[in-house]
Amino acid sequence: MLSKKNKEALFNPLSKDNPVLVQILGICSALAVTASLEPAIVMGISVICVLAFSNVIISFLRKTIPTNIRIIVQLVVVAALVIIVQQVLIAYNYDVSKQLSVFIGLIITNCILMGRLEAFAMHNSPWPSFLDGIGNGLGYTIVLVIVAFFRELLGSGTLFGFHVIPQWCYDHGYENNGLMILAPMALITVGCIIWVHRSRNKELQEN
Amino acid sequence: MNKNSNIYQILYAAVLVLLVGSVLALIYMALKPKQNENIANDTRKQIMSALHIAAPDDSKVKETYEKYIIQDLLVDRDGNVVDSAKNVAFNVDMKKNVKLAERLLPVMKCKMDDGSIKYVLPMYGAGLWGPIWGYIAMNDDGNTIYGANFSHEGETPGLGARIADKDFQDKFVEKHVFQNGEYKGVVVLKKGQKSINGAEQIDALTGATITSLGVSAMLENCLAPYEAFLKKMQTPATPEPAAIESEINDNQPE
Repeated sequence: MLSKKNKEALFNPLSKDNPVLVQILGICSALAVTASLEPAIVMGISVICVLAFSNVIISFLRKTIPTNIRIIVQLVVVAALVIIVQQVLIAYNYDVSKQLSVFIGLIITNCILMGRLEAFAMHNSPWPSFLDGIGNGLGYTIVLVIVAFFRELLGSGTLFGFHVIPQWCYDHGYENNGLMILAPMALITVGCIIWVHRSRNKELQEN
Repeated sequence: MNKNSNIYQILYAAVLVLLVGSVLALIYMALKPKQNENIANDTRKQIMSALHIAAPDDSKVKETYEKYIIQDLLVDRDGNVVDSAKNVAFNVDMKKNVKLAERLLPVMKCKMDDGSIKYVLPMYGAGLWGPIWGYIAMNDDGNTIYGANFSHEGETPGLGARIADKDFQDKFVEKHVFQNGEYKGVVVLKKGQKSINGAEQIDALTGATITSLGVSAMLENCLAPYEAFLKKMQTPATPEPAAIESEINDNQPE
């Protein structure tokens, strides 16, 4: 079940081969949905689902897909899964679906998906592809959650919508940093995470 | 079979698309009722927010709404009640309604906990990126705004999207739409600007000029047609409003 190769497919994307931190993919949505934790986590779960299942489906189809139209086939599969996620969210978590609005649709254009389908699912059997999808989705989600944690804490003084910064801080002149809510600070936060990550993984540093 | 032959590729694409299409259609049909319910509940929440009412939790939105909203009305431009069937105003599609030349105006009549009567007037307009809509709750003096709620489809977060914030909406409270017995409405203007006709004004949002103008235009378009209806509330002595009163009272569970 979990051979060495499969373990690599599942765990490498968490750190050493992280789609956001190392491959710098999926930055657009990482900036957009990380103003608070809840949408970030829902977005992460959505990407994990779509990525894992599109990987499996493409992997099952990989021997039948004509090379010339493989990108179209991949897009159709991803788009279908994204629409399903969107419809399910509207039906069962309307508030979050309103918050995420266009970003769920934008999962289709998330480079991580096309990247994994092309690089992994087209050449591997379904089970490793599934693990690869879960791994990459988790790697993406971890970064999203870290960014959202700092942005929500410093920007709104809340975590999951609950106030965590005590009132006496505000009484002594502490202010929420409105800049953290805006997209530029998300980019800077991602930059800081990449900095820390590279400094701890020397082999990733470019010359 | 040759995987790169034209026939194979065309057949492959056609079959795949047909398959995916039917699966999506099935899922859409299966989830539709649940989705419609959510959308209706979201609208109810917006209406109640204009009345400063919040449902205790998400499962009680409909109950709470039905407790406070006692009657739906459709009125014409002369202020006469044309229809007062259940949910007749709630079901009006404002997007289509605002485009009609001879439109009937939806009104939701509400009874608050203290027994006072409020009227919620829906509105619909354009922001910067897409539609904006909202609800204005009027006191039964037909003049004072009790509360307001605005929503948008895709205004810029942090700028235009702030019309959905409580801070902005609370500025409408206690504004008057009539000045010295004449309808003036309310306008959204940059701080420091003065309205031309003497209407009461609300400060526009910094960095969201077009959205603010959109709100102002929406108020103008959607509130002005209610002039006669609001005026009748202010002068209940004339015979016509008395007729409205009795009609309304018929359906009231007092």
